[in-house]
Amino acid sequence: MQLSPLARRRLTSFRANSRAFWSLILFCILFGFSLLAEFVANDKPLIVNYRGDFYFPIVQFYPETAFGGDFRTEAIYRDIEVQCLIQSGGLVSCLDDPESTLDGLADGNVNGQEIERGWLLWPLIPYAYDTVNDLGRSAPSPPDKNHWLGTDDTARDVLARVIYGFRLSVNFTIVVTLATSMIGVAAGVVQGFFGGAIDLFFQRLIELWGSTPSLYIIIIVAAIWQMDFWLLAGLMTLFGWTALVGVVRAESLRARNLEYIRAARALGLSSIAIMFRHVLPNAMVATLTLLPFIITGVIGSLAALDYLGFGLPSSGPSLGELTLQAKRNLQAPWLGFTAFFTFAVMLSLLVFIFEGVRDAFDPRKSFK
Amino acid sequence: MGDRMMAEPQDIALELSGVSKTYQISQGLFAASKPLRALDNISLQLRRGEVLGLVGESGCGKSTLAKVLLGLEKPTRGDVRIFDQPFGSHDRKWIARRIQPIFQDPYSSLNPRKSVREIITLPLRVHSVGKTSGWNDGVSRMLDLVGLPQRLIDANPSQMSGGQRQRVAIARALIMRPEVVICDEPTSALDVSVQSQILNLLMDLRDELGLTYLFISHNLAVVEHIASRVAVMYLGRVVEQGPAARIFETPKHPYAVALLDSILTPDPSMDVPDVDLDGNFPNPVDPPSGCTFHPRCASATSLCSRLRPEPVQQAPGFVTCHLHDPNQQKDMA
Repeated sequence: MQLSPLARRRLTSFRANSRAFWSLILFCILFGFSLLAEFVANDKPLIVNYRGDFYFPIVQFYPETAFGGDFRTEAIYRDIEVQCLIQSGGLVSCLDDPESTLDGLADGNVNGQEIERGWLLWPLIPYAYDTVNDLGRSAPSPPDKNHWLGTDDTARDVLARVIYGFRLSVNFTIVVTLATSMIGVAAGVVQGFFGGAIDLFFQRLIELWGSTPSLYIIIIVAAIWQMDFWLLAGLMTLFGWTALVGVVRAESLRARNLEYIRAARALGLSSIAIMFRHVLPNAMVATLTLLPFIITGVIGSLAALDYLGFGLPSSGPSLGELTLQAKRNLQAPWLGFTAFFTFAVMLSLLVFIFEGVRDAFDPRKSFK
Repeated sequence: MGDRMMAEPQDIALELSGVSKTYQISQGLFAASKPLRALDNISLQLRRGEVLGLVGESGCGKSTLAKVLLGLEKPTRGDVRIFDQPFGSHDRKWIARRIQPIFQDPYSSLNPRKSVREIITLPLRVHSVGKTSGWNDGVSRMLDLVGLPQRLIDANPSQMSGGQRQRVAIARALIMRPEVVICDEPTSALDVSVQSQILNLLMDLRDELGLTYLFISHNLAVVEHIASRVAVMYLGRVVEQGPAARIFETPKHPYAVALLDSILTPDPSMDVPDVDLDGNFPNPVDPPSGCTFHPRCASATSLCSRLRPEPVQQAPGFVTCHLHDPNQQKDMA
């Protein structure tokens, strides 16, 4: 793809800002990693070899009967019986005494019988965010070799929850930020560009809208409907879009009287084209300046809502819920530290990245 | 009228007859808004190939006139005809192909976000002229024409000087080969040394491309240098118009006289001219009665505060003043 000189210049100046550049790379690695969360932290094995055939439990459903078990429900791969069945090629004795059967497997034959050895390949972290582990001790368990960041108060692996929670936070933020900025920028440009009565009317409307207590609305809606990702994203967008209107409106109010806008109009360009091709790009710096605050704000509000219990269902992997658990279990500091460092790293990386983006877009800022 | 008889209709690029533009100025939430007559019954002709200088103080309506001619503002009353066709019968794009502006401030007239190439090709893009592949040649030719080095083609306006920016603005205005160029104080934001370069460029381009200029300026020395005809505006009206040589030799209207007296000369031995103008520029929302110039006019009579003067032919040209109206002369005497 042939980049325009301007885009190339922006790219160069972004690269020249090494803090932003490395933050972006690190963030991409972390986010890419979390996008593949199912293959990184899951309570199903990546690959199962059973009687010489390969099975991929993460992407496909296999009943226990497929491995010689009794149930037609999905095989629970963490159960020692299922593991025994797979490794022994479906020995019936696995169902009665899996431990000694597994011990006997080492020789290659059980009770004088030749068996087809199978194996399971587990992900790096063999727990999903909602796997309730059998710990054999009281629930928030400190970090150990099985659970690298310990477990929470319902015996779920904290690291697995953080990986899924990071993904959820970032996805939620992307959706809400994109939606709020698109609506906000469009509304701001239209108001500023046309000015007059339209501007006056929408400014008052936004003042009314902005003084609506959004938390109450979210609580009320949460009481009526089951809260889910899209509903919460919609509600946050509904009350978040006004954030950008002010700056974009101010920028386009300023720009509409500039002579290059008049020149564009004298060329016969339509108002819409002028707004979106000439006014908007110049309002982008102001937008980009605010964007990191919007992003961190969305992450923060999602965490806060989860913390208060009005966010996504608590069974979901949520960093806010982790924070709540940390507060409830002060004797388990690994919960609090994990939540803190996850937020700190995520928010700092995002702020650094957008600082770099903003500087790269600023036409008055020169770089080597 | 004599002036019109001299010009054949096809020679007239732009013609304004009785054009008025009134803005409603809000006087607060509950007060009724007051009209501001930015243009008051203006009749002007712009002939093909000529340079019409439009001079006057700040706030006299020069720029409003430019906006009306560019189609950016609709006149409240009156007709604008372009090449003998009514303005309203064409859309903005049709007009844009024939009339292009060069603005005063080259720092705000170029989008800081676009490169020189994008700025100059914008008219081509808007009007879908030619093939994209041919645009680069067009831009190169325009850069040569306005005297900019080719290496600036991908530069941003922020990397250029005021004079270079104004050349880019000229290139943008001329790439569509318009017939009329409205120059709205094209040199007043520039360095004195650069002003003459830009003026010479404009005059060279006029000869080369056969352009017609409406040259708006409050710099009378510049107008004297390049205009073939001059119209003097005061408070939304044209108070005097005629050939440049005649106006600069023997101005008739007291305002034109005062205006020309105010030209600073480069001779340091001479004092700052003593201008025969009283008071300040009146509030255009609340203009003086009769002749709007009478409170500042040294030769004003009681008639001037009562009766609005009408344009009288003062060969060659027109003057809007009772002092030069033979009918009123009798009354005043």
